[in-house]
Amino acid sequence: MNNHSILRVVSKFMIPFIMLFALYVQFHGDFGPGGGFQAGVIFAAAFILYGLIFGIENARKVLPASATRIALACGVILYAGVGVAGMFLGGNYLDYNVLAATATGGQHLGIFLVEFGVGTTVAATMVTIFFVFAGQDF
Amino acid sequence: MSVSLSAHLPAIQVVLPLISAPLCVLFRRNGASWLIALIVSWLSLGISILLLEQVIANGPISYLLGSWAAPWGIEYKVDMLSAFVMLIVTSVGSISMIFAPNSVNSEIPGDRIYLFYTMYLLTFAGLLGITITGDAFNLFVFLEISSLSSYVLISLGAERNALTAAFRYLILGTVGATFYIIGVGLMYQMTGTLNMTDLAMRLPAVAETRTILVALGFVTVGIGLKLGLFPVHVWLPNAYAYAPSVVTAFLAATATKVAVYTLLRIYFTVFGTKIFAALPIDEFLLILSLIAIVSMSAVAIFQNNVKRLLAYSSVAQVGYMIIGISMVSVTGLTATILHLFNHAMIKGALFLVLAAVFFRIKSVKIEHMAGLGKVMPYSMAAFVLAGFSLIGVPLTVGFVSKWYLILGALEKGWWPVAGLVLISSLLAVIYFWKVIEAIYFKTRPQDAAIIHEVPITMLVPMWLLVGANIYFGINTELSVGAASAAAKMLIGGAP
Repeated sequence: MNNHSILRVVSKFMIPFIMLFALYVQFHGDFGPGGGFQAGVIFAAAFILYGLIFGIENARKVLPASATRIALACGVILYAGVGVAGMFLGGNYLDYNVLAATATGGQHLGIFLVEFGVGTTVAATMVTIFFVFAGQDF
Repeated sequence: MSVSLSAHLPAIQVVLPLISAPLCVLFRRNGASWLIALIVSWLSLGISILLLEQVIANGPISYLLGSWAAPWGIEYKVDMLSAFVMLIVTSVGSISMIFAPNSVNSEIPGDRIYLFYTMYLLTFAGLLGITITGDAFNLFVFLEISSLSSYVLISLGAERNALTAAFRYLILGTVGATFYIIGVGLMYQMTGTLNMTDLAMRLPAVAETRTILVALGFVTVGIGLKLGLFPVHVWLPNAYAYAPSVVTAFLAATATKVAVYTLLRIYFTVFGTKIFAALPIDEFLLILSLIAIVSMSAVAIFQNNVKRLLAYSSVAQVGYMIIGISMVSVTGLTATILHLFNHAMIKGALFLVLAAVFFRIKSVKIEHMAGLGKVMPYSMAAFVLAGFSLIGVPLTVGFVSKWYLILGALEKGWWPVAGLVLISSLLAVIYFWKVIEAIYFKTRPQDAAIIHEVPITMLVPMWLLVGANIYFGINTELSVGAASAAAKMLIGGAP
């Protein structure tokens, strides 16, 4: 891809905006359309675009396998952990009402954290799947 | 901590293995992963026993996830049947985890062992979730969690064929899960609810409509694929034959049982017995399972690989369970539920012995097992006793479940069915004798490597299961008591 200067320049320009948009979809998900799954896929798309244009090796330098693996696991643990926290604060499993002083605040916080867990795991999974398939020698 | 954990047991039962699986990925240490899997399995067994006690003492337990009220939120529901099936899954899981390290270390490459335990924990969480949930859609989610992780478990097998077997299971398993969810979607369309208790109340009003009958058909075929119902069992023999040995033992003893549980749940809790008058699905299942018990036992006779031989035998044994369902009577269902437990003990024990054999001689072909009776006496004795139980010799669990099955058939006046069950048992004698003959009456070749009995950590788990085969064959109070209570509850209608 070294000859395609337009692709290289445009994608470099695009990647921060893709990531920002992903964060918007993630954190505005409480109020508008969006949520962890979509945000995770968009966030992963930034890395996948980088991998397509600048090569898998360079993309791996940015995001090594160890980092994606940790993100993958931590997202699930965050999700399940929020549920367990609800249990210890006197509610049932995944009861958000008890997480904050008011029930509405608790619902906000609960959804926010759970969706952040989903986003982390989905982004890491998408990047891992892409790296694994793209890195294979057929 | 002022929280009373006993009220949260239904959630903890699923969350514990689910949260430990990513922990294994974080640690990436094979030993630590095994320790986590072992501890979690035994804790889950403890929780199952506590839940069963709670159900026996106070009746069904309902747990609202996120405290959302029942028909809208997801409800976990533990009754006699789910508590009993959970006991099966967790006891097999915890016993096979004691057995696992030696066998896994010798069969799976070192850098993947922690992934094996991760996937095991996910399968475990999925299977427990299926048995505990009271929500038809949530059941689908857990079905996918357990299936996707079991595809990975099977693909970890040492031979390249394991990949093809896992892929075939992936395709057919996905078709099965899709069919199930199409059925649930059609039910949702007609009733507007996904909660099983709520569905049971709303379905009778629309039970005669074509949509609901189609839904029943989709669900039956979908789950039939999962449980290895003849003739959609084709994924099963290779998946069992090429999976790592411990995986075969665990899946053979739990995955198909949980699928049979799902079928029981959908038929008797959600649809109710009246649906069989609208669609003669019981007769359809009876014919298929009669073909299964005879033809699959016959096919098993010609197998050379003992793991595949027992896999075909499993398809036949699933046939016995489905015959019990097709009787739509308390005795028939007692036989089915009892056989869930008994067959888990039988096949768990047999496949663990085969795992031990593979650990020593790197093969489970009949010709390679010649003369093993002399060099591995304790393992082979376990194999013989578990095999007696498979055939249905008195004083073993296999006899108890066949007794109830034949009792149910005679109650209905189905003499030919009782006859076919006996013929299938005779065929089991033939295929089992083939293995016994090789083990005890042939001598090991002169040039064969010198081998010894397997270590005690492998012998104890297999003998625990063999012990269960004998103990519950003589003292049937717990297993028959729980099974008949569950059967009465199912026939009586929604819990």
